[in-house]
Amino acid sequence: MASDAPIPAAPSERVGAASLFAAPLAVLMRLIDWPMRVLQRLIGERRMAYVFLLPNLVFFSLFVFLPLIINFIFSVTGGAGLFPSERPYVGAQQYAYLFDCGSFLDPSSCREDHFWRGVSNTARFTVFQVTAMVLFSLLTAVVLNMKIKARGFFRAVYFFPVLLSPVVVALTWKWILQRDGLLNAAITSLGGERILFLVDPSWAMFWIVFVSIWAHMGFYTLILLAGLQAIPADLYEAAEMDATPRWRVFWRITLPLLWPNMIVVIVLALIRGVQTFDEVFVLTGGGPGTATLMVVHYIYETAFANQVQNFGLAAAASVVLGVVLFALTLAQLAASRRKGAA
Amino acid sequence: MNRLARMAVARRNPGRWHWTDIAAYAYLALGVVLMFGPVLWLGISSFKTQAGLLEFPPSLLPMSQKELRVEGHAQPLPLFEVTMEDGSKRVLAQVRRIGIQAQMVDPANPGQSIRVPIDKRTPVREFKLATENYTEPLERFAFMRFLWNSVFVTVVATLITLVINSMAAYALSIYEFRGKTAVMLMVIGTLMIPITIILVPVYLVITELGLVNSLWAVILPGAATPTGVFLLRQYMLTLPRDLIEAARMDKASEWQIYWRIVMPLAMPALAVLAIFSIMWRWNEFLWPLAVLTKTEAYTLQIGLNAFQGELQTQWHYLLAMTVVTLLPVALVFVFLQRFITTGIANTGMK
Repeated sequence: MASDAPIPAAPSERVGAASLFAAPLAVLMRLIDWPMRVLQRLIGERRMAYVFLLPNLVFFSLFVFLPLIINFIFSVTGGAGLFPSERPYVGAQQYAYLFDCGSFLDPSSCREDHFWRGVSNTARFTVFQVTAMVLFSLLTAVVLNMKIKARGFFRAVYFFPVLLSPVVVALTWKWILQRDGLLNAAITSLGGERILFLVDPSWAMFWIVFVSIWAHMGFYTLILLAGLQAIPADLYEAAEMDATPRWRVFWRITLPLLWPNMIVVIVLALIRGVQTFDEVFVLTGGGPGTATLMVVHYIYETAFANQVQNFGLAAAASVVLGVVLFALTLAQLAASRRKGAA
Repeated sequence: MNRLARMAVARRNPGRWHWTDIAAYAYLALGVVLMFGPVLWLGISSFKTQAGLLEFPPSLLPMSQKELRVEGHAQPLPLFEVTMEDGSKRVLAQVRRIGIQAQMVDPANPGQSIRVPIDKRTPVREFKLATENYTEPLERFAFMRFLWNSVFVTVVATLITLVINSMAAYALSIYEFRGKTAVMLMVIGTLMIPITIILVPVYLVITELGLVNSLWAVILPGAATPTGVFLLRQYMLTLPRDLIEAARMDKASEWQIYWRIVMPLAMPALAVLAIFSIMWRWNEFLWPLAVLTKTEAYTLQIGLNAFQGELQTQWHYLLAMTVVTLLPVALVFVFLQRFITTGIANTGMK
């Protein structure tokens, strides 16, 4: 997670804005001091730690730990009620329903076919996206690490989409990909036929992968670039003295030393890929048909957007998703431990 | 010219050009087009009129047909360049179209009307920014409301995040107490639980608190961020302990030490967290989408998404509103780019 590297000093604009916000806050904080002093006299200096932890822990418990437990309760109860007291216990029925499949490889043979469409789409999306993401962010990081002019500018070029909101990203591309959009104008001017990119299932899948790489590549490039810059320069100097060809330097020095960062990128991209929702939801709405319906989209629809809200089924699906994420996170922890040892 | 050329091809270490250098610059050039292009196109398109957006193939710049006020006509008339029967070209204003004929007048001589076949005329166009795309949505839709909601959520949530996360980080960095390891494990644990897998139960908690469709429903669940606690704790660990001991000698309360000494010293880390929190909150989508069902409570992102469903054919408004939504982030980026990228490189968070 966080490294020991010092964080650069805040630019002055930021501090200026912060002090503007801080003014009313400062008054509040002074008012809090008096009860805090009394409390400190009562419980002692060291136990004040608990007081400082309290607000954060209340938030964590209310919005993370408690929901985690309730999620299980939801997933083993049925009915349409939101409050657990209104929901009869049904055991593993929700899970049985989710997993009631003729063949797991064929979503249409499942009773809850949308869930399995989501699983299959998410799996395909994640495999394509992570592979392409790793390749392109590696390529970009290597290029940005070369002795090029205006490196800061180019780094910014690749990075800025990371900050755009998913809705903005999706609408930007929707405008380009639509029937009379820029891309189709380019195609017809070259003598081609118009393509309905977001109506054709294979093209829709291609474009959601492409757009998500466009939007997030900068983030992974930064991680890899940090890794590249940590490789000692004398290794490269030695290679240059021996007149080693560049591709060989890449295979023998760069790639092995970059491997820990590569694993971090792969696992982070996997974890994010499995949870893909925002951009796809706005760009294709899961369509055409269910061609780009993702698991998180399925959960959202089942719980909130469908005519009949089925909280139990949605909760069961999120538990399944949670198990997958947990496995991936364990992989990440194992990987970063190896990074620490290396 | 020569010097310019030399400057353009100069490299950091003068020497022979390797083919990989050329490939690298080609890749970077392609990157500039591919990364900037779409957003640039969005920006240009947002200034086109509704009619201009329907053109295919689209014009590069926002162009619209030139119009002219002609004596005897209430509305401004569109101008056309007309090829006359004798082959000469004249600029005429169109009064009306009748089938395949157009009734036109010469602006210089408005009394006399001229009939022209419609295929003999081409519109006269001029460069014009359709700023009404930006001003009209402000009056016609609840756009200002969404904007205000987003600003409110972003500012309040960031303040709460900064205060409670720094308090927890302070406790975890300065004190030794029973259960510290357990608390640290809990914080790590929450890192693994994204909102996507606890959507339904968080909705239940918010319902129990009576906050559905209130902005607090968006603000509260994400206020305690494990990444924020980690980032701040890591920074606070580097602060000199003597300072805190000295303050205790001077009878400063623990609260005062936190607020008057540790917080100002942790300003750089707080600024990083503030920037990230602003970004997270401004761009947040799935959770607000689930919990906000009333239009009055929509944030900008949810409002924009709702618009794209309703305004399918009204791209001119949609594009302009998209630009407004990305503008604050673009400004933050222009001013704090270096700061954000080092923040990510150092912490691996986003």
